[in-house]
Amino acid sequence: MVTNGGSALIKALELEGVEVMFGLPGGAILPVYDPIIDSPIRHILVRHEQGAGHMAEGFAHATGRPGVAMVTSGPAATNIVTPLCDAYMDSVPMVVITGQVPTPAIGTDAFQECDTVGITRSVTKHNELVTRAEDIPLVIRQAFHIATTGRPGPVLVDIPKDIVDPANPRSALDWYWPTDAEVASSLPGYKPTTKGHAKKIRDAAELILSARRPIIYAGGGILKARAAEALRELAELTDISVVTTLMARGAFPDDHPLCLGMPGMHGNYTAVTAMQEADLLIALGSRFDDRVTGKVDAFAPEAKVIHVDIDPAELGKVRRPDVPIVGDCRLVIEELVTALRDLSGGDIAAAQPDRSTWRSTISGWQERYPLVYEQSAGDDLLKPQFVLEQLWERAPEDCIVASGVGQHQMWTSQYWRFNHPYTWVNSGGLGTMGFSVPAAIGAKVGRPDRMVWAVDGDGCFQMTAQELVTAATERIPVKVAILNNAYLGMVRQWQEMFYDERYSEVYLSPDLPDYVKWSEAMGCVALRVESPEEVGPAIDKANEIDDRPVVLEFRTDSNEKVFPMVPAGRSNSDIVVDPSQPQPGGAQ
Amino acid sequence: MNLPPPPGPAPKHHVLSVLVENRAGVLARVASLFARRGYNIFSLAVAPTQDERFSRLTVVVDVESAPLEQVVKQLNKLINVIKISELDPRDSVERELVLLTVRANAEQRQQVLSLVELFEGHVLDVSVDELTVTAEEHPSRLDDFEELLRPFGIVDIQRTGRVALPKLEPGGVGSNRH
Repeated sequence: MVTNGGSALIKALELEGVEVMFGLPGGAILPVYDPIIDSPIRHILVRHEQGAGHMAEGFAHATGRPGVAMVTSGPAATNIVTPLCDAYMDSVPMVVITGQVPTPAIGTDAFQECDTVGITRSVTKHNELVTRAEDIPLVIRQAFHIATTGRPGPVLVDIPKDIVDPANPRSALDWYWPTDAEVASSLPGYKPTTKGHAKKIRDAAELILSARRPIIYAGGGILKARAAEALRELAELTDISVVTTLMARGAFPDDHPLCLGMPGMHGNYTAVTAMQEADLLIALGSRFDDRVTGKVDAFAPEAKVIHVDIDPAELGKVRRPDVPIVGDCRLVIEELVTALRDLSGGDIAAAQPDRSTWRSTISGWQERYPLVYEQSAGDDLLKPQFVLEQLWERAPEDCIVASGVGQHQMWTSQYWRFNHPYTWVNSGGLGTMGFSVPAAIGAKVGRPDRMVWAVDGDGCFQMTAQELVTAATERIPVKVAILNNAYLGMVRQWQEMFYDERYSEVYLSPDLPDYVKWSEAMGCVALRVESPEEVGPAIDKANEIDDRPVVLEFRTDSNEKVFPMVPAGRSNSDIVVDPSQPQPGGAQ
Repeated sequence: MNLPPPPGPAPKHHVLSVLVENRAGVLARVASLFARRGYNIFSLAVAPTQDERFSRLTVVVDVESAPLEQVVKQLNKLINVIKISELDPRDSVERELVLLTVRANAEQRQQVLSLVELFEGHVLDVSVDELTVTAEEHPSRLDDFEELLRPFGIVDIQRTGRVALPKLEPGGVGSNRH
């Protein structure tokens, strides 16, 4: 069957199972937008290409399926670089299609030309400039294969206009659809290892069975590998406590007695300290990020390390593991459970040393250093933590929450109780302000059955709020909670603590813009909430609205800081807790 | 000819043999991984292999072993990279070619020619006061060649960068081939 590159591209997306894509058309990609009219794929027209990228990410976070975005060349391609980098850092499966100037014009500084594959090379798992129409079906299949297997990540496909424009003879091709085997053989350098090495798994099991102070250090790889159930089985069988990193919130239920919550710079005291004092860290799909380790040389000094990751480059990148295992987290955990059963003769609990002292040490920390804040009825301003607790209490159990980056992100991670996987959508590695509104929209598109809240700061909201127009137009009823403290709050916190309260360029004003009017102008229902007693009713009202986006603006206290905190570059042993609590160790 | 055996390379010198898909952009992907970490590529040679779908890059880098391990792992993540091996100079054969234009008037010409002969090189071009010569040798011997010609005045020099392959097993066949 003879077809053209544009129709072939859309057909290839359909065959890859794409039901929805996010994008914005323009000159170079025009011929691909024409066949969309006749395609069952739902296209969501964004207001800025960055929004398309973050929506695709939000969709992928919530569904586990690859998000798809399509934009034109030049400035559209550069606008989507941030989401690509974000997805690359957080291993989010995403396929981005960019238009490109016609092949003969490439390299001539043509209108809206840029070197898209050059610019995005270091922020994609792979990218490809397609130069022949007949390559399109194969390249699209390769893109989805690469984005979704091994360590997931973004793949960009750059498509010159002439090979998709039916008016150009260069766009003609005989339709074909490559088989899985053909896709695999077309990528001779790509063979991710999924099955762990049996001997190493046995070594890991032996370490676990002899450890006295073990901790499971669960990362985002658990979610990518759909390994939450396997993780739970491992933790319960061995009775080992679990910390869930920022990227792994929800991978293990917060309400589980073995869950210690988030470790790291703003992790809770118990999670941070339990890792620090452990004699064995079982790192599963986590990458020893600097925000988790603090000063690397002083991190978990007595711990042996089992490190499981599908990406061999993560093993030994930061901390040299005693037992490195390359493989898919779910498969490896399942094998590990089998090995533990074999080695212990079936009774894992009996085969392990007595860990009652370790358990009581941990519960002692939990009692002594809970997360704390105080909301008084007479306060002029809301405590952000109070708002988050109210949001969580009034949301359905399986509600999805997205956040931007900064203080509100840390408070959301701390105060939301994540009991289900795939309910937390955030920008961990890159720390992209403005992530939450578009990401929440993408998540809601992927999971229309779920309630989706975006928790945002006033600084973040101003970066990508225009996508609420997209949400209103497309009837995507997301809910946004702006914690408006009139500051770039996290920067303010650092300036207060580390720059002698010299506040440089962090004040934003509580009233400019008027968030209620702005949101209403974008087609949302909007409310301003200023006193503690208004918080609950306003949230209930927002939760009842399901036919359009809602924005709640909470006026919050800019003096509130995120605690605990490990100052940058310091050892996790120097953790600083809330000033109302006795400071542990030597920290002042 | 009784030249001394080639000395071992400097400790920070590493030779990587990288088998890649023979297609546009692959060299840039490899090079940018080094550039991103601020590692200088000392020399680089690229050409297609016996199978035209693949090219082999021989990269010489000045990096400590630990960061090199990370670079190699990152290189392995590139979709178009098939295989990477670090070549230990003791277990590999290495060659490099140089083109060199050197000042040589009538009096000096004979001295230059004897050096070229000593290194089994050839004269490619000649003028009244200059010679362009070539030699193909182990890189460290080309260093010596260059050094010995320097007093005459080197006008221009182009070296190809090192190429290398693993040494054959004396008794075996088909070792470590792709």
